[in-house]
Amino acid sequence: MKEIILVKYGEIILKGGNRPVFERALMKNIKNALQNIADIKMDIAQATIYIETEPDRMDAVCDRLEKVFGIVSVTRACVCEKDIESIKSAAISYLSGVMEKGTSFKVEAKRSDKKFPLDSIKIAQEVGGAIDDNIEGLEVDVHNPDVLVRVEVRDAAAYVYSTLNKRAGRCGMPTGTGGKATLLLSGGIDSPVSGYMIAKRGVEINAVNFFSYPYTSDRAKEKVIELARILSEYTSKINLFIVPFTDIQLKIRDKCPFEHMTLIMRRFMMRIAEIVAKKTSSAALITGESVGQVASQTLAALNVTNYVCSMPVLRPVIGMDKNEIVNIAREIGTFETSILPYEDCCTVFTPKHPTTNPKLDVIEKSERVLDVDELIKEAVAGIEKIEIYPE
Amino acid sequence: MIYLDNAATTKPCKEAIEAAEEAFINFANPSSLHRLGLEAEKMVLSARKAVAALCGCADSEIYFTSGGTESNNTVIRGIKAPKKKNHLITTKIEHPSVKEPFEIMKESGFRVDYIGVDEDGTINLDELYDKLDSETALVSVMHVNNETGTVQPIDKISKLIKQRTAGAFFHVDAVQSYGKIPFLPEKLGVDFASFSAHKINGIKGIGALYAKSAKILPWAAGGGQQKGIRSGTENVPGIAAFGAAAKFHLNNNASEIARLRGLFLKNIEENIPNVRYNGSRVDFSPYILNVSFLGIKAEILLHALESRGIYVSTGSACSSNKPMPSPTLVAMGRTKEEINGAVRFSFDDTLTENDVNEAVAALCDEVAKIRQVMR
Repeated sequence: MKEIILVKYGEIILKGGNRPVFERALMKNIKNALQNIADIKMDIAQATIYIETEPDRMDAVCDRLEKVFGIVSVTRACVCEKDIESIKSAAISYLSGVMEKGTSFKVEAKRSDKKFPLDSIKIAQEVGGAIDDNIEGLEVDVHNPDVLVRVEVRDAAAYVYSTLNKRAGRCGMPTGTGGKATLLLSGGIDSPVSGYMIAKRGVEINAVNFFSYPYTSDRAKEKVIELARILSEYTSKINLFIVPFTDIQLKIRDKCPFEHMTLIMRRFMMRIAEIVAKKTSSAALITGESVGQVASQTLAALNVTNYVCSMPVLRPVIGMDKNEIVNIAREIGTFETSILPYEDCCTVFTPKHPTTNPKLDVIEKSERVLDVDELIKEAVAGIEKIEIYPE
Repeated sequence: MIYLDNAATTKPCKEAIEAAEEAFINFANPSSLHRLGLEAEKMVLSARKAVAALCGCADSEIYFTSGGTESNNTVIRGIKAPKKKNHLITTKIEHPSVKEPFEIMKESGFRVDYIGVDEDGTINLDELYDKLDSETALVSVMHVNNETGTVQPIDKISKLIKQRTAGAFFHVDAVQSYGKIPFLPEKLGVDFASFSAHKINGIKGIGALYAKSAKILPWAAGGGQQKGIRSGTENVPGIAAFGAAAKFHLNNNASEIARLRGLFLKNIEENIPNVRYNGSRVDFSPYILNVSFLGIKAEILLHALESRGIYVSTGSACSSNKPMPSPTLVAMGRTKEEINGAVRFSFDDTLTENDVNEAVAALCDEVAKIRQVMR
């Protein structure tokens, strides 16, 4: 019996004339995601992508597809000839063994090939009857079944599957269809989640990290690389830009009021991130800021840090509580890495009593003693680019 | 590169690597009856002889284990105490591989006392005298403290134990002293001692237990190798390397290293203000030096030195990625600031005067820089 994977996609279907662009992007992303997993044959018809592979690679392929944005569901189905007897016998052999005694079920059929002699209702009745007659101990329940068995009669063949073989996809939009954005990626919990949320909308992601050696260590850097790698499982390749940031911090510490340290530092980060964004054709920045979480994330502080860049700054977790962000971090697999304790020493640059209600003109005045352009130029010249791929 | 983290681990010596390689090639099981097995067994016997010779004990008193942690656990958790003896004593400055097994013994119903130390890190003998009683089954005291290098008066402790209680066993964690400063368990009246190969230029994953009697319950039941005290096919490459490293350490350079350590400390104290030496100025291992640089976070200094090719440690390597303060320095009554700024420099016999001068010069620079930031 031949099995196939049916990939359904959601939002893309609503696209008008652009729909093929999105479909091609999704197919390309699927191909990339699976290139090290299995040899596949892929087809698209009637808003479904059909994937064939070796029987022993089916599970691995389905697992990997769960991380591809744009997919609503991934289903393993049995393929059979388009005649009712073949469909019936395929359904019986495919489902006996997987459906336990006492399970209730219902059959639904869909006939997109209108030349097929039986209509949907008749197909459902015939197949339902055959299953009920041939697999012992099942019950029919048309209102609230444990398992829904579906039969699809399409142009190329007929397919039988049950909801037991259907998994939810990530949804969202295919990576690359939403342009590109640059993520300010720290080693914390919030920024990887923010990157994930924007990437899910089809946006390709770059990441920028500010490295304060020796105040943070090589282990802190490895942690950021690992976070980017986890994100890359959803987005394929990520370019990570490591910016040497110690000199800027030391200059600010030396010359500016300590209580303004964090804000001035953030302003430098935004400026440098915007430069990286422009160089990499990004159209926006992404940060992990959430209103009120720390002193530099009050609305007044956001205004002061936002002021230095002209690009839109996307802050997808801005209205979320910490525990809501943590839940997403756990779900996408970044949490355990984010909580590794390798950046403690950076706190020497964190004032005990930072300004929480800063005035833009006051901060600008504090900053004026620094040669901002020169400092930025030096930092940008020292950027290390790391190309990160999923494992 | 100036590697000053030898209390964490040492570089395997050439002899150890060659011995391990030979044992990888002559791969037979030492318990096999055939000729190849005999060859492997000979390697184990010869290594055991070398390991025993380095601490002046009989070959029959050495059991190979996976390292210091296993040796410590084997004794503390496996001790065969007479029924009425349910009291154990250790100190507040032990390595976690001693401290944690005692915690487990405490949970299983033993009374456990932890002896404190003075500000030099030497244990309080009066307190030990008071705690010892007829129910004491085991006393465990480390020889050289892994963080400060302070040497405990093992001979005095041993006499106190014999004087106060009959039949109490004495265990010494000698991981930081074995092969480095004289440690002769037989002479000192020590019943059990733990050694580790990778601290003396051997390789990781192999160590030994000195046991005068076999009064311990083995933790693993199995094929009965090593008189049933430590079942399991012997780690022949590790053992062979351990033997080679032990031979290598028969002639070490402790007096020269002591001179260099003195120079290191003197240069620090003369050139860097606001430092505090942690340890004893009388009874110390020449291989470990611990200094607090006030007003800095030691981890930043560690990374700053690393960028100049100088490798040191904060506290002990095993606990440095946990955000908890060093228990040894806490027991010595050090302040939070002193603990946060504590750096351990640990040496091996390859240390030179140039290394000392270069390291101290780098320390002067980097400490000043960090203090400027943390003002």
